[in-house]
Amino acid sequence: MNEKINYWKIFKNGIFSENPVFRLALSLCPAVAVTSGVKNGFLMGVAVLFVQTMSNITVSIIRNFIHPKVRIPSYIFIIAAWVTVTDLMMAAYARDVYKEMGLYIQLIVAFAIILSRLESFASKKNVLPSGVDGLGMGFGFLIALVLIGFVRELLGKGALWGYQFTPTKPLLIMILPTGGFFVMGLLMGFFNWINRRFFGGKASADVHMEAHRHGSH
Amino acid sequence: MLEDIGIIFIASALINNFVFSRYLGLCIFFGVTKRMETAIGMSITFTSVMVISAALSWLVYYIIMIPLNLGFLKIVIFIGIVSGFVQAADTIMKKVTPGLYYKLGIYLALIVTNCIILAVPLINASEKYNLLQSLTFGLGAGAGFSLALVIMASIRERLELADVPKSFEGLPISFVLTGLIALAFLGFSGMIPL
Repeated sequence: MNEKINYWKIFKNGIFSENPVFRLALSLCPAVAVTSGVKNGFLMGVAVLFVQTMSNITVSIIRNFIHPKVRIPSYIFIIAAWVTVTDLMMAAYARDVYKEMGLYIQLIVAFAIILSRLESFASKKNVLPSGVDGLGMGFGFLIALVLIGFVRELLGKGALWGYQFTPTKPLLIMILPTGGFFVMGLLMGFFNWINRRFFGGKASADVHMEAHRHGSH
Repeated sequence: MLEDIGIIFIASALINNFVFSRYLGLCIFFGVTKRMETAIGMSITFTSVMVISAALSWLVYYIIMIPLNLGFLKIVIFIGIVSGFVQAADTIMKKVTPGLYYKLGIYLALIVTNCIILAVPLINASEKYNLLQSLTFGLGAGAGFSLALVIMASIRERLELADVPKSFEGLPISFVLTGLIALAFLGFSGMIPL
């Protein structure tokens, strides 16, 4: 390869500066929906990681055969195929979790983040960088979900990964729908504060608007 | 029978409200609730698309997919149906009713890859609803979503004047607000013993 591509930078990009949940504010639904515990958040993150990486690679391989006019529908069908794979795998090997979050696994197909990565990255780059970008974005998503799940499960149930270590449930409200929105809002505010205070950067809402302006929804 | 329909409507609109207890359609929810006018346009478009796509996908699911044992392809097929239908509606509206198109057309483009629209046929299929129940579910979900949009839009119009800490401006404070509304909607959960 002639030009040197910094894979580490592409990978890091998804975790920090363009973190799908906290920075781009894309795909928020699952971020609140499945994160009542660390375990659910982790499995959802793994599912997204898998779908994102595989669709990135697929699109990157066949990008020269897709006519630009039908590219969005083609991307959607590629994503849908990989989501079906994930859905059937989860239904077979993680039954108890699947009962709770099967619907959200199926709805990965409608995640803005996956489509927007295909459109803005994988459709222009080679297979290897695309795969790395998918991994980075997936890990960024995974970390965000685990973080939210950590706060909610710790405060709501006094447990982590299902392991109980306080006799009472400190703040039951945290595992109810309401708590998800609260934790999400507070964490986002916290990330904005860190970003403004220490890095002098933009608030996530601005990044969000830019992401939308680039035609990714 | 009629009672059953009523329960499905109330349950999908209030108790299992798509935004406040199923957490669906959040991107749209936070995106369009800055102004009341957009929120209302969006609710009309969403509700009609939901009802029609519920009916279309019910027909395809029970007439084509179940007899052919294609149930496992439902994600691929439903997203095909929804995006095909939205694209068709977009083209037809542009030709037939240009006035309406300029008012609501921009929202149609946002709908195609939206989890809330896709969730209706998926839930209908997993709950094994019949045609009438599916339609009611679509209508109830649409009504619940519209209610959520209108409540949020009216609060956010006031929020413009409020003095919010700098780091919380925009999305973070909207999340906290949504949490408070969700708390109020929690009160509906005891209405029907499910």
